Amino acid sequence: MSNKMSDVNTAEEISIQTIDFSLADEVALLEQDNLTDGAIVTFTGRVRNNNNGNSVTTLTLEHYPGMTEKALAKIITQARERWNIGRVKVIHRIGELAIGDQIVFVGVTSKHRHDAFAANEFIMDYLKVKAPFWKKERISDAGQTSESWLDAKTTDTDKAGLWS
Amino acid sequence: MIKIVFFAALREQLDCAELSITADDVKTVDDIKQLLSEKNEQWQQTFSNASLLSAVNHDMVDGGQLVKAGDEVAFFPPVTGG
Repeated sequence: MSNKMSDVNTAEEISIQTIDFSLADEVALLEQDNLTDGAIVTFTGRVRNNNNGNSVTTLTLEHYPGMTEKALAKIITQARERWNIGRVKVIHRIGELAIGDQIVFVGVTSKHRHDAFAANEFIMDYLKVKAPFWKKERISDAGQTSESWLDAKTTDTDKAGLWS
Repeated sequence: MIKIVFFAALREQLDCAELSITADDVKTVDDIKQLLSEKNEQWQQTFSNASLLSAVNHDMVDGGQLVKAGDEVAFFPPVTGG
């Protein structure tokens, strides 16, 4: 594969972690010693308090260690092939998360805004359908709690399909 | 041997996180599905689900993918991260 930036270390671009992340810290890292890129686009995903009309109390994220990193690295490589982008950072949290918690972060820099906007959306859209994460939600309904795995949404598959 | 791993709802349905099979019995991912389906009714039902995804050595593959000794094969439901 050909990278425009030969010093890109894919392993450093991806973090699967239980701990929270700081948007300010991540933006600072994307900016640090980077005076060539005029655009920074970030996306942060958070846990909603509702899904399909149910009241969600917590969310548990499971993943496939090894494959997750490989799948995300492939997505980032594909983004680099399509757009002229500088730095990329993808963070995905695993384990138990509460309402309002941050789940996912994607940050992309580029010289001009178009590449960073497009690449960021592409990475999120592909992450949704290709990276092996699974959400289990605990739902509270009239004092009864139950757990269930989320179903994949066809809208996510359709959205990712628009890039091909 | 081929190592087989299961994730999320699939792991819970099967009550099994991983197992091993001898590579002699199978040529493709579909062969593995067929072999596992023969375990019992629960496994048969689980592996008849068309939305099931599979990976070989951490790459998503389709059922015709060839497998060999030393491979890690994974089965899991459609992903729901992000």
